[in-house]
Amino acid sequence: MTAPRTTPATAPAYPLRLGDDALIAAQRLLQWCARAPQLEEDVALANICLDLLGQARALLTHAGELEGRGRNEDTLAFLRTEQEFTHVQLVELDNGDFAVSMAKLLFFTTYQELLYGRLAASTDPALAALAAKAVKESAYHTGHAAAWTVRLGDGTQESHHRMQHAVDTIWPYTHALFTPDALDRAAAANGTGIDPATLRPLWHERITRTLKEATLTVPDDGWAPGGGRQGIHTEAFGYLLTEMQALHRAHPGARW
Amino acid sequence: MTAPTGPTAPTGTDGRDAARLREALATVHDPEIRVLTIEELGILRQVDITPDGRAHITITPTYLGCPAMDTIRADIRAAARAAGYPQATIDTTWSPPWTTRWIGAAARDKLRAAGIAPPAPAPPPGPAPPPGARLLPLAATAPRCPLCGAADTTELTRFGSTACKALWRCGTCGEPFDHVKEH
Repeated sequence: MTAPRTTPATAPAYPLRLGDDALIAAQRLLQWCARAPQLEEDVALANICLDLLGQARALLTHAGELEGRGRNEDTLAFLRTEQEFTHVQLVELDNGDFAVSMAKLLFFTTYQELLYGRLAASTDPALAALAAKAVKESAYHTGHAAAWTVRLGDGTQESHHRMQHAVDTIWPYTHALFTPDALDRAAAANGTGIDPATLRPLWHERITRTLKEATLTVPDDGWAPGGGRQGIHTEAFGYLLTEMQALHRAHPGARW
Repeated sequence: MTAPTGPTAPTGTDGRDAARLREALATVHDPEIRVLTIEELGILRQVDITPDGRAHITITPTYLGCPAMDTIRADIRAAARAAGYPQATIDTTWSPPWTTRWIGAAARDKLRAAGIAPPAPAPPPGPAPPPGARLLPLAATAPRCPLCGAADTTELTRFGSTACKALWRCGTCGEPFDHVKEH
């Protein structure tokens, strides 16, 4: 007797970690709002934040529905503790100077664009639909970050120096994006998710192309901090999370 | 609307009722691009009347984080109420993903008349892109100035006044203008 073919179930923790990546990246990038070097840049970064937040809302909502314990996007974003967030540390790191923010954006959104491109073929129809939508948004984000990387890297001696420093500083944190754990492997095996290690060759190729155009040096691989996926975060995250959750925790159930 | 993947024909227990409701909802304007309706933008996907006579409407967002969605839902609800359906349910779908290819020729003319450069038309089908290639080319062709028609235009910023627009400037008449990004 053969068992009927069923669509493999998505583990709620899988969309949750992807949603956490987008949510915390949006929250951190938002700190540039009203502080960017030009008005156009302010609008651009706010636009990118809005896209990332839209992705986060969709992913967290999906995770809550899969979990079936009544948690929605708000309870997941505002009522979890620091250790319950499973985003990579890269997205929570301080913005630093503008070059650091652009290096973070370039590395992270290039990963997202490749991930969503593949996830559009997920066996989970909800994940496939939102990935097919998000991949087009990510393409604009990577284009923006790459343009700044080239402008700063191939700019003045000072901007070149600072862009190279930013790339070198952030590079170690990119490894965690591509380090699969048991959840990633299980999601890839049943077709709902992607093994992130398979994304790195193309990511490396694209990043190398941009850094070369920017007259920058691709850093050597070495130190590779991790732990974000297991809820281990840097000191910077506690401050960010406290600010993000303060209103909701002070006024439970508050609405606009 | 000539795109084969555009909004589908109304269905339901009574196709005529659904068609009438759809006509009513098709007059709802997009809150951010006021010259176009949600029908012309391709946001309105499906209008059904359930067997118990309630309106069931499906819409799709242009961008996942589009902040206009709540306003659009409220406007649809009001239009449905005015058309005799006080208890409309509104579903949001992401599939098939919204694309500017759904914006038809007449809607593109309306955009131009309002001083907004429409997105470039869909490229003709060609050979399959290599693996890892972008799904959409970014700013493949420069839009013509919607105000004077000149081709000499420059992108000022790819992220404009709303998620779906970029800001450009005409080199001939010197005026800045919005451009609905290809998506």
